[in-house]
Amino acid sequence: MEAGTKPKISGARLCCCCNQRRAALKRPKTLEQICRECFYEVFEEEIHQVIVENQLFKPGERIAIGASGGKDSTVLAYVLSELNRRHNYGLDLFLLSVDEGITGYRDDSLETVKRNELQYGLPLKIVSYKDLYGWTMDEIVKMIGLKNNCTFCGVFRRQALDRGAALLKVDKVATGHNADDIAETVLLNILRDWVDALQLLLVKMDLFLDANLLSIYSPNAYRGFAREFIKDLERLRPRAILDIIKSGENFRISASTKMPEQGTCERCGYISSQKWCKACVLLEGLNRGLPKLGIGRSRGLNSDVKKDVKQDSGTKSIESKQCGSLDF
Amino acid sequence: MQLTLEFGGGLELLCQSVKIHNVNVDLPKGAEKLTMKDLLSWVSTNLIKERPEMFMKGESVRPGVLVLVNDCDWELSGQLDTTLEEKDVVVFISTLHGG
Ligand SMILES: [Zn+2]
Ligand SMILES: [Zn+2]
Ligand SMILES: [Zn+2]
Repeated sequence: MEAGTKPKISGARLCCCCNQRRAALKRPKTLEQICRECFYEVFEEEIHQVIVENQLFKPGERIAIGASGGKDSTVLAYVLSELNRRHNYGLDLFLLSVDEGITGYRDDSLETVKRNELQYGLPLKIVSYKDLYGWTMDEIVKMIGLKNNCTFCGVFRRQALDRGAALLKVDKVATGHNADDIAETVLLNILRDWVDALQLLLVKMDLFLDANLLSIYSPNAYRGFAREFIKDLERLRPRAILDIIKSGENFRISASTKMPEQGTCERCGYISSQKWCKACVLLEGLNRGLPKLGIGRSRGLNSDVKKDVKQDSGTKSIESKQCGSLDF
Repeated sequence: MQLTLEFGGGLELLCQSVKIHNVNVDLPKGAEKLTMKDLLSWVSTNLIKERPEMFMKGESVRPGVLVLVNDCDWELSGQLDTTLEEKDVVVFISTLHGG
């Protein structure tokens, strides 16, 4: 972007860090007015501090950076490669992209990822759904029609990065998320807990409810609202987003103390509270030509509900994004 | 007044997938200066071809849309009250689409 050099009179304030250049933004976190160069510097050094304090990496580790071509993963790829160089982490970094096998869908984002590869000198590995599951998304849609493919894309997408990482024998996977998305996920998880509780209550009261009635409370239905709510809050109080994330972290810590032991899938070894993980159940159906297997209306009236609620809270994570938005 | 407007982060989809628009915006009748408030209403009538709610909310941009005036966050120049001058560059970036 080639912007004019002339600053707005009222915006000509100097950066609070260097006192030399004019400020270009106000950090929501601190409300400091800061110039572009200083922002990069504090941003990168804060990430370095977090990495060091939490001992996120060990020298010699092989780290896959989840790369979707979106802004979050692009920033992550840049920052990690830069810090790895600057502070000699000694990490073996590479970009990992997942190709769902939807004709035309990934063309643009894979272009961006290939640019990242050149720009940051990070080797790129692309794993396809075909490699991971034996089926492309196009083939799945052909088999089951468009109607039910959301079950598949949700489950398959959630596991894809982990499976790709296992395939490439990496020590860790790094994924980039922005604060807005994380705060949104925190809110959605709280809302979802309420809906789950409400559902259980209704079942206990022997109220028969059509699944459709509750599906208006599905995460997809209130997602748009949550995002808008968060951005409105931020306008009133710029730190609101970070505070929501913080409260989400406290929430998770108190919740994780009583979380049941997670088992692993007997078939593929992926974490699962059932004998087989969801992906394996779905794949079994596909391979046997019974694609409806494992989809069903799981919001039944009996003990299934309880099981379902438990399982959901185990898989809730930042990765569980809505259908159609394939970034991570 | 000659201005360069840039749309990014998905907002370009609202104006026929064109990212950079070199435009000529007239001052409102009787006004001496063009403000961001004037520009936003000009943009909504002249450039935004679909889903205006993705761009505007009330008289300002939708929360989650970043606005830069000459590379500087408009929060620092008075948001809607920012006055524009000849050859200014205004960038709109949506942070709401994909990460
Ligand atoms: Zn500075
Ligand atoms: Zn879907
Ligand atoms: Zn499995």
